[in-house]
Amino acid sequence: MLQKEGQVRIPSGCAISGIFAKDGSRVNGQEIVRSIAVMHDRSNGLGGGFAGYGIYPTYKDYYALHVFYEDLNAKHECEAFLERHFDIINLSKIPTRKTRKIVDEPLIWRYFVTPLPHALSDSQLDEREYTVRCVFRVNTRIQGAYVFSSGKNMGAFKAVGYPEDVGSFYRLDEYEGYCWMAHGRYPTNTPGWWGGAHPFTMIDYAIVHNGEISSYDANRRWLEMFGYHCSLLTDTEVITYIFDYLLRKQGLSLEEAAQVVAAPFWETIQRKDPKEQERLTYLRSVFSSLLITGPFSILLGFDGGMMALNDRLKLRSMVAAEKGNLFYVASEECAIRVIQPELDRVWAPKGGEPVIVRLEKEVV
Amino acid sequence: MRVNWDYAPFQVLRDPARCVNCRLCEKECSNQVHRFDDKIKGMVADDTKCVNCHRCVAICPTRALKIALTDHTFRPNSNWTADSICEIYRQAESGGVLLSSMGAPTKLPVYWDKLLVNASQVTNPSIDPLREPMELRTFLGKRPSMIERDPDGEILDNRQPGLMVETPILFAAMSYGAISYNAHAALAKAAQRLGTFYNTGEGGLHEDFYVYGENTIVQVASGRFGVQPEYLNAGKAVEIKVGQGAKPGIGGHLPGSKIVADVAKTRMIPEGMDALSPAPHHDIYSIEDLRQLVDSIKEATQYRKPVIVKVAAVHNIAAIASGIARSGADIIAIDGYRGGTGAAPTRIRDNVGIPIELALAAVDQRLRDEKIRGEVSLIAGGSIRNSADVVKAVALGADAVYVGTAALIALGCHLCRACHSGKCNWGIATQRPELVARLDPEEGAERLYNLITAWNHEIKEMMGGMGINSIEALRGNRAMLRGVGLNQKELDILGIRHAGE
Repeated sequence: MLQKEGQVRIPSGCAISGIFAKDGSRVNGQEIVRSIAVMHDRSNGLGGGFAGYGIYPTYKDYYALHVFYEDLNAKHECEAFLERHFDIINLSKIPTRKTRKIVDEPLIWRYFVTPLPHALSDSQLDEREYTVRCVFRVNTRIQGAYVFSSGKNMGAFKAVGYPEDVGSFYRLDEYEGYCWMAHGRYPTNTPGWWGGAHPFTMIDYAIVHNGEISSYDANRRWLEMFGYHCSLLTDTEVITYIFDYLLRKQGLSLEEAAQVVAAPFWETIQRKDPKEQERLTYLRSVFSSLLITGPFSILLGFDGGMMALNDRLKLRSMVAAEKGNLFYVASEECAIRVIQPELDRVWAPKGGEPVIVRLEKEVV
Repeated sequence: MRVNWDYAPFQVLRDPARCVNCRLCEKECSNQVHRFDDKIKGMVADDTKCVNCHRCVAICPTRALKIALTDHTFRPNSNWTADSICEIYRQAESGGVLLSSMGAPTKLPVYWDKLLVNASQVTNPSIDPLREPMELRTFLGKRPSMIERDPDGEILDNRQPGLMVETPILFAAMSYGAISYNAHAALAKAAQRLGTFYNTGEGGLHEDFYVYGENTIVQVASGRFGVQPEYLNAGKAVEIKVGQGAKPGIGGHLPGSKIVADVAKTRMIPEGMDALSPAPHHDIYSIEDLRQLVDSIKEATQYRKPVIVKVAAVHNIAAIASGIARSGADIIAIDGYRGGTGAAPTRIRDNVGIPIELALAAVDQRLRDEKIRGEVSLIAGGSIRNSADVVKAVALGADAVYVGTAALIALGCHLCRACHSGKCNWGIATQRPELVARLDPEEGAERLYNLITAWNHEIKEMMGGMGINSIEALRGNRAMLRGVGLNQKELDILGIRHAGE
């Protein structure tokens, strides 16, 4: 019997693309769809997805939960759970456009929620950790329900299909945001499960990833000590948890986290000044089990910023570019040129060197 | 005349056409197998004394000698084998405990041989170690659970002292006394050149070897031989030996014949006296006592040295390791059922303890389940025979491995398993000066250096094949292993899938 994602580990190749407006100006979702569509051949129709930041300004203070349901029972059970833990401000089906290219869709719902104050204080957790744990609970305990997006003022949209068709299905041309990330998937198996598509998200973190990491099980088994349950067995899932652990739980900066997952080689460290040597040696020895090896190019989206990072040998292509306040990054330059033919600067970031962009001012 | 019921297992075969009666074999054999017979004007051999160490075979200038297994036989019997019968003859004669050396030679499964390693194809590139960096450097010790920052936001180094090794291979504990001065010298020199460590074992540290302190682990065992403040501070780490894979549950046995003057001085015991270390540490009757000993050693070394606790792999090893991890130890060394020894009761060696593969997998998983895997590093030992065993051990969850037997083989050991006789013809497990002189420490160090360097190359090749360029990403990476011919229970304990899955 063919095993579903989560029961078996499925390697996959991919395409990624990202757009970021540093001044917070709003970019239409259609732009990122056009960009990823150029790299059609890097996907095989078995998964596509997007993440947009700044897309829900009206509800920006509420966690936006996007949920797949296999059936109505799952929906009833999940909603009962949500009502016990959150104040639900708004709920609706996520609007979709029927297309013959996207089939077998689950029920797709969206909830804007905020933790119930007494439940939150009883839990003795901060608001984000509380939300993370509730999402884990739904995804691991409620059969047929899967929360695939849970951040504030951001959302993920994903499906089985080619990314441009997924974009059309979710009517991304009706959304605007300061940051967009896209993913086209080329898995080497046919799970046909929507939850397995990318991006993978965890509260406001969203990851799209191209590659197959060889350190997977070393990373997974280490992370599971800290309460992360890797239910999908995908690289993207484990990478998201690594960043969540390093950034949110350990309080590392993005640069420091990049130096953990794509750590400089010892011979590079030896060329640094003594203080820097000591710092990098510390990070490598304390977090050695979170080093990621094997090819990857990833985009990590977070509230107010985005990071692009290649593995330390740069075994996957990734090109970055700038035009005015706009930052672009993609697996191939053509995916940038198609939406912005004239660029101020185009470069290929070095392996292990993160490119980090942030909003220059608070978006209102 | 009393009849000897035992029969020599080996036959010394001499090709008379090649033998020139040079009598070199006679001179080299400490077991006095060879003798020139005046009557026949030729060499004769007493097979009953031969331990099959190959010294005469290797030294014979005309290649006239070889050793064969005798074809003399009892009536074949699958239950009462020749070994079982002869052991009874020997015990009926002597009334004593049977003694053996080196690791258990029994037919129990060797799990390493049932594990296969992964490689990249198409979806992920393999990495060529000849063209790209491939890292084996490993930190051994506690890892802080949370980072701390100073008021300027700089990360503080809140690590406890640990060990940094350039290869995940360390030389296992082998005491001065059990092995020779020259063998120790070779191990120390090789450890220094390789950027790794050798281990004094329980026999103290000869004053000549204090200079190798940066590459030395000093051991404290139940006999406390040679333990004094200077010794504790001489190495980079202190190992408390609770147990040994070859003989779990009992102490060390060094026959008085090996306690010569220098060994006696290093051990701080009288010359010629049997050195029998007690079965337990008499200050460790429970886990809370271990914590006190760990703390005492840390106090005695000003908290500058990591403490390793070495235990034999026994049935309840996962719970034991969990206790050790909570006792303040920085590193746990687990020694498997097949681990070597200079002398152990045969019955214990062959029947007590469990294989290192299962013990390691169980311990690594247990420490993770209890969320304390970061509190300790794990060193696995007890028959690591080649680089593939190292790769498999690391993938199962070891931070590093100990090699003892393999190191001795590199020095010339032919696994004749007669170390306890003290007559090692290769100058390794002996204290007789004329035999010790046969082992050149410089040459020995070079052979050890070559062996580990060769293994390092092979480990890098296998890692590169898997698309992994740092040993850190191999550690505990069990998805890189598949089992063949294992049942579901074995696969579950090893935490791996069967080949084809």
